[in-house]
Amino acid sequence: MTRQSTQSSPVLELRNVTKTYKVKQGLFGKARPLTAVNDVSLSLPRGEVLGLVGESGCGKSTLAKILLGLEAPTHGQVLVDGEEIGAQDRLSLARRIQPIFQDPYSSLNPRKSIFDIVSLPLRVHGVGGPQDWEKQVREILDIVGLPARVMNTYPSQMSGGQRQRVAIARALIMKPEIVICDEPTSALDVSVQSQILNLLGDLRREFGLTYLFISHDLAVVEHLATRVAVMYLGRIVEEADVAGLFDHARHPYTQALLKSVLTPEPGLGVPDTQLGMAYPNPIDPPSGCQFHPRCPLATAHCKAKAPRPVPTPQGLVECHLYDTESPMFDNKAA
Amino acid sequence: MAHIDNTDPLLQEITGPTPGQMLRKRVFGHQGLLIGAVVLIILLFIAIFAPLLAPHDPYAQSLMNRMEPPVFLGGTWEHPLGTDHLGRDYLSRLIYGARVSLLIGAVAALISGVIGTAMGVAAGYFGGRVDMVVTFLINVRLAMPVVLVALAVVAILGGSLQVVIVVLGLLLWDRFAVVMRASTLQVRGREYVAAARAIGASTPRVILSEIMPNIANNLIVVITLEMAHAILLEAALSFLGLGVQPPTPSWGLMVSEGKNMMLFEPWLVLIPGAVLFLLVLAINLMGDGLRDVTAPENRS
Repeated sequence: MTRQSTQSSPVLELRNVTKTYKVKQGLFGKARPLTAVNDVSLSLPRGEVLGLVGESGCGKSTLAKILLGLEAPTHGQVLVDGEEIGAQDRLSLARRIQPIFQDPYSSLNPRKSIFDIVSLPLRVHGVGGPQDWEKQVREILDIVGLPARVMNTYPSQMSGGQRQRVAIARALIMKPEIVICDEPTSALDVSVQSQILNLLGDLRREFGLTYLFISHDLAVVEHLATRVAVMYLGRIVEEADVAGLFDHARHPYTQALLKSVLTPEPGLGVPDTQLGMAYPNPIDPPSGCQFHPRCPLATAHCKAKAPRPVPTPQGLVECHLYDTESPMFDNKAA
Repeated sequence: MAHIDNTDPLLQEITGPTPGQMLRKRVFGHQGLLIGAVVLIILLFIAIFAPLLAPHDPYAQSLMNRMEPPVFLGGTWEHPLGTDHLGRDYLSRLIYGARVSLLIGAVAALISGVIGTAMGVAAGYFGGRVDMVVTFLINVRLAMPVVLVALAVVAILGGSLQVVIVVLGLLLWDRFAVVMRASTLQVRGREYVAAARAIGASTPRVILSEIMPNIANNLIVVITLEMAHAILLEAALSFLGLGVQPPTPSWGLMVSEGKNMMLFEPWLVLIPGAVLFLLVLAINLMGDGLRDVTAPENRS
C-alpha cells in the first residue's frame, strides 16, 4: 500500500508556502511582520494521512486556512492535483477540499437544523433538488453513524461527539478528495475521541480520502497518520513516516514533543521536556535556528546559522546535527 | 450504505417534531409574548378599522359639549371618554390616534432598521476601512441630539406626518448600527462562518444565512425598542407642537392639548398617556418574548 501511494502523484502539494501578517503594536506603533507559516513545502500522496503536529501558535491552523482557500499565502504555491488553488474558483476548490474543525460547539450554526447544516454544501453547489437533498442527507448521516431523526434537531440538542459526526457528514457530503482535520478530537472526551478517530479511519478506507490531520496530540497522530510533519514557529522542522518519526525522532524538538506525552503511569508526574523557556514570540523570532533558545543541544553555531533541510531515510529534518556539511554534524546522532 | 426509503411511515414518525412545531410550542408557552402580542394585535385591529369603530367623527367639533367628563367620572354614554376642549369625541380621537402612533413607530423603525443593520453588519463583517467609516458615522450621529435635530428639520420643512416619519427614520439608526456591528463581530469569528466559506458559500449567502439568523434576536429587541422610541418621540414632538399638526388626532397632540386643563380635567392627559404606555409596554413585551423563543439556548 505504501508503495502504491508513493508512486501516485501527490494530490496536495505545498511549495515554499509563506504567510506573513502585519501586526500593529499600539495606536501609533509601526506594523511589524509576523511570519505565521514560513517556507513550508509538503506533499501529500493520495490516500495518505499526514499528521501535522506542533505547539499552540506554531502556525498549524493558519496552514489549514491557506489550504481551504480562506487565506491567501504571501508567497509560494498550493497545488491540488497539480493545479494551483489561487487559479481555481472557490466552488471547485470546495468540492475537493473540505474542513473538519476543532470545536463542534462553534463549527455548527446554532440557528440551523442538522438537515440545513448538512445539506448546505448541496444547496451552495446547486446539486439536485430538495428531494435529493433529503435522501443524500439521510445517507450521509447513516454513514457517520447518526439516526435520521436528528435531521430536525438543532446542534444544541446534541452531544459533542454527535456534533462532530454532523461536522464530518457536512464535510463528506460533496465527496471531497482531501479533508483538512484541524484538531478534530481535541474538544471531545477521551472515550468519544476514539470513536471519532475510528470513524475517520473507516471513512478514509471507504472513500479513499486523503487527510491532513492537524493535532497537538501525538498519540492521536500515531494512531491515524501515515506521515508526520513537525511544525515549529511556522517551519516544518522534521518530516518522516509515522514509524520513522516515533521510533527515530531526530530533531531535538521532536524528541522533546515525544517526551511530553503523558503516561497513565502513576507517580511519574508531568514529564520534563528540558525545553526550559517558553515558546518564543513569533514577532521576534530567534536568530539562526529558531529552536536554539530552547534546545538542550544548541551551540553558538545554531545561534548564528539557520539549518537547511537534510534528507533522512524516512524524510527530512532541519537540524545542524544531521547536516554532513555542518561543523556540528554528529555521526552518532545521524 | 443502505438505501433508505423516505416514504416509509415508520421513518417519518421517528424524525420527531419538526422545527416549526417546536417553535409553535415555545411561542404558546411564553406568557409575556402572548400578552404583548394580543395587546398589539388589538391596537392594530383598532387602527385598521378605526372608521368602523369610532362612534363619532374625530374632527367634528361641538362647542356646546366641551370637556364633557368620561363615563366613569359622571359623563354620558354618548361620549364614553368625554370630549376635549373643542367638543370632539375623545374616544374617536383616541382610536384614530392609534393609526398615527403605529404608523410612525413601524415605518420609522423600518427605515432606521434597514439603514442601521446594513451599516452595522457591513462594519462588523468587513472590518478595516468599512468599520472605520461606519464607526465615524455612528459617532457623528450620536453627537447630534435627536429632539433638537428633529425640531430644526420640522421647523424648516414644516410639520407633517411624512416629515416626522422620515426624520425619525433617518435619526434612529444609531442603536441598530452599534448593536448589529457588535453582534456581527462576535459571530464572524465562529467556525461555522469559516466552514460556510470553505464550502464555497458567497459573501451575501454567508451574511444572510449564517450571520443574520444569529444576530436576529438582538435585532428584534432593537426594533421593538426603537419602535417604542419613535412613538414616544412623535408624542414628544407633537407635544412641542412640531410633530403631527392639529387637527390630526395623535396621542402626543392630545396630551399636549390637554395639558392646560390638567389640574381640573386630568383625564384629558391621563387617557392618551395610559394608552401610549400600554402600546409601548406591549411592543417591549413582544420584543422580549420573541428574543426568548428564538434564542437557541431555550431549545432543549
